[in-house]
Amino acid sequence: MRQVEVTAENYRDLLKSLEERWPALAEKLERSAVAIEGQIYQDAWLEPIGPDAEVHFLPRIEGG
Amino acid sequence: MAEAIDYKVVGTRPVRPDGADKVTGRAQYGADMNLPNMIYGKVLRSPHAHAKILSIDTSRAQAMDGVFAVITGDDFPSVNDGGELGGEGGGSLSGLAQNIMARDKVRYNGHAVAAVAAKSLSIAEAALDAIEVQYEKLEPVFDVLKAMAADAPLLDEQCFTQGLPEKPEKPSNVAGVMTLARGDLEDGFAQADVIVENEHVLPMAHQGYIEPHACTATVAEDGHATVWASSQGHFELRGQVAALTGKGISKVRFVPMEIGGGFGGKTRVYLEPLAVMLSEKSGRPVKMMMTREEVFRATGPTSGTVARVKVGAKKDGTLTAAQLWIALEAGAFSGAPHAPAAMAVFAPYKLENFKVEAFDVMVNKPTVAAYRAPGAPQSMHAMEVAVNELAIKLGMDPIDLRLKNAAEEGTQAPYGPKFSVIGLKECLEAAKAHPNYTKPVPEGAGRGVAAGFWFNIGQQSSAEVHINPDGTVQVVEGSPDIGGSRASMCIMAAETLGVPYDSIRALIGDTETTGFCNVTGGSRTTFATGLAVIQACEDVIASCKSRAAALWGVDEDQVEWEDGQAVPGPGVNADVKPMSLADLAAKAHKTGGPIMGKASLNAQGAGPSFSCNIVDLAFDRETGKVDVLSFTAIQDAGTAIHPAYVEGQYQGGAAQGIGWALNEEYIFDSNGVMQNAGFLDYRVPVASDLPMIDTQIIEVPNPSHPYGVRGVGETGIVAPLAACTNAARDALGFLVPDLPLSPPRVLAALDAQEKG
Repeated sequence: MRQVEVTAENYRDLLKSLEERWPALAEKLERSAVAIEGQIYQDAWLEPIGPDAEVHFLPRIEGG
Repeated sequence: MAEAIDYKVVGTRPVRPDGADKVTGRAQYGADMNLPNMIYGKVLRSPHAHAKILSIDTSRAQAMDGVFAVITGDDFPSVNDGGELGGEGGGSLSGLAQNIMARDKVRYNGHAVAAVAAKSLSIAEAALDAIEVQYEKLEPVFDVLKAMAADAPLLDEQCFTQGLPEKPEKPSNVAGVMTLARGDLEDGFAQADVIVENEHVLPMAHQGYIEPHACTATVAEDGHATVWASSQGHFELRGQVAALTGKGISKVRFVPMEIGGGFGGKTRVYLEPLAVMLSEKSGRPVKMMMTREEVFRATGPTSGTVARVKVGAKKDGTLTAAQLWIALEAGAFSGAPHAPAAMAVFAPYKLENFKVEAFDVMVNKPTVAAYRAPGAPQSMHAMEVAVNELAIKLGMDPIDLRLKNAAEEGTQAPYGPKFSVIGLKECLEAAKAHPNYTKPVPEGAGRGVAAGFWFNIGQQSSAEVHINPDGTVQVVEGSPDIGGSRASMCIMAAETLGVPYDSIRALIGDTETTGFCNVTGGSRTTFATGLAVIQACEDVIASCKSRAAALWGVDEDQVEWEDGQAVPGPGVNADVKPMSLADLAAKAHKTGGPIMGKASLNAQGAGPSFSCNIVDLAFDRETGKVDVLSFTAIQDAGTAIHPAYVEGQYQGGAAQGIGWALNEEYIFDSNGVMQNAGFLDYRVPVASDLPMIDTQIIEVPNPSHPYGVRGVGETGIVAPLAACTNAARDALGFLVPDLPLSPPRVLAALDAQEKG
């Protein structure tokens, strides 16, 4: 597990910031779900990210 | 949000609105749509497991009387979009395109190579015989470990393993790998006083839905297609049909029929694009229906697996390290659920040191599809059996061992985030106190326990709530009802609006009559579509309060909503009388028009669900026959909106899990031909095989849902596999690592044990 520190007010800002720094990750990140402070989101660009928030990217889950 | 509330309707058990039609035969399923001038489609399937298609000659078939159309892969547009189907590991759109109709090669016995539409089924079948296909046979690979070898025959020369740090130089049958790791594995195992290592082989198994795939399609003169079929999500299947036929989404209407079971297997198309193409070519409506044999040979089973597990613990039971290596069969096209298998396996436990490697491996077998909690039953079988073995070695009660290490709020899940409020400990404690656990194990039998887990998801849903002129309520939403969700929607609408359940009807709209909903899968419908229904009801309430305020000449914030009526707030003239929903509906034409509410959302905050199962199994040592003496399914529902249907989900999940554990398996001959493609030989449990499955609903509300809902549809199938293996271990005195625990396997294990 790799950890980085990024300044972002919402999930979309976070994605843009990470994709600018690591363009090769863009496709993977766009296909990922994200957990912000333990809450898992899918396609939630406008979800706010608070100060010192812990964010995890993880594969999307579909289920049966 | 969720608090301990005395609900008026939530938690009651009304009869489902679709129940009477289903038991009296009125309900219309996928095969029940008939149209004037309708003809019948059938599919020609490959007799080979792996072969190049050199040529297909359809001329004789096309010339037959009564044959209206013949199609092959050449009739379909090329789909190069590698976009995922559903979540990670669900396969790709291009794979789906090739799976519904082979293009240059066939990858499994049963793979579709052509289809015909004819005046009758018998003519269609005769026309299939008249199609001549020239194949060049290729070496197949059926075994998942052999398929992973560097020199294995390749199913797809363009497949390069995803998930590695660098793109590999050579193609491989390993389509994807997922690695999860935390801490120091070596140090973790060094801390352990006891270590368990096992290898398990689990079979490919089918979802076993009673209703075979069927559909009717018609294409109008303007090219607009209408498809009638049962599915788990007509909006997503509309998108698949549109992509695979080259039509735009607006050119396809998908009408949902009642569904006779799906369990994940009806989240993707098989016949629908073929029926559309045949209809377009013939100018007539086309009906297609699979036989049971076709369902087994050509629709989505779940992955067979090979899993290697190693788990260490201290003398006091503290888990110190865990490792899992698991290879999952994808079948002919990539898309095995390796990611959720990896993410779920250690979810019930606090673990500082772990590593999981999971592989999505193509083999010349039918392409897998989602099956209830995809990947979790297989991976968690390995872990839950290892935990049981540790308990035996440590002399600990297996539930106590789990309780000692159980994840709880704040535990960092192996897949990243910290858990919010979860109910694992509550499930384990309920199991320990359950009479089926405290009673003595019957003479000659064995008892097993295991924990289960599934993530649950939210995704997109839409709903509308219309108030009829008499105050009755019409809910319209787009999630197919598989487990009683219409009843649950009506309950949540009744609770929110404050009106009787009987005054509400729920309708599942088609793709042109209601808003988008993702599939009924991932245990999401009661949570996410329920959330849309609740918000649409709140929209109705806001409209009603606004109208009452206007009629009373007060501000809107001086109107409250109580028990289904607008009531004046404190300080409002005492002469003002409450107005019921019926009062307001009757005057709606004078206050702005019909009352309706709507909501569309992408639901976030789905709550994970944990479980614990207890099973007692008795073994006949002469025949190998296994009897299930009792089975107890304990699971966290968050809040049970309709407890009877929650219990039904637990019992259904248990029955399928028991079937997988004890009897179900795909049996292939050396050419990859399935030998048991029927319910006589593919042995799902029937009522006489099972005792009444006891259930206990644990309610630890999900704080992200107004009524505390968690999904319940999938977790129930996860624990039974390991619970049965652990019961067999207890009964026989030694571990039988592989499934199913069918009589031949049990007898072979007993023989091997006897011979030492």
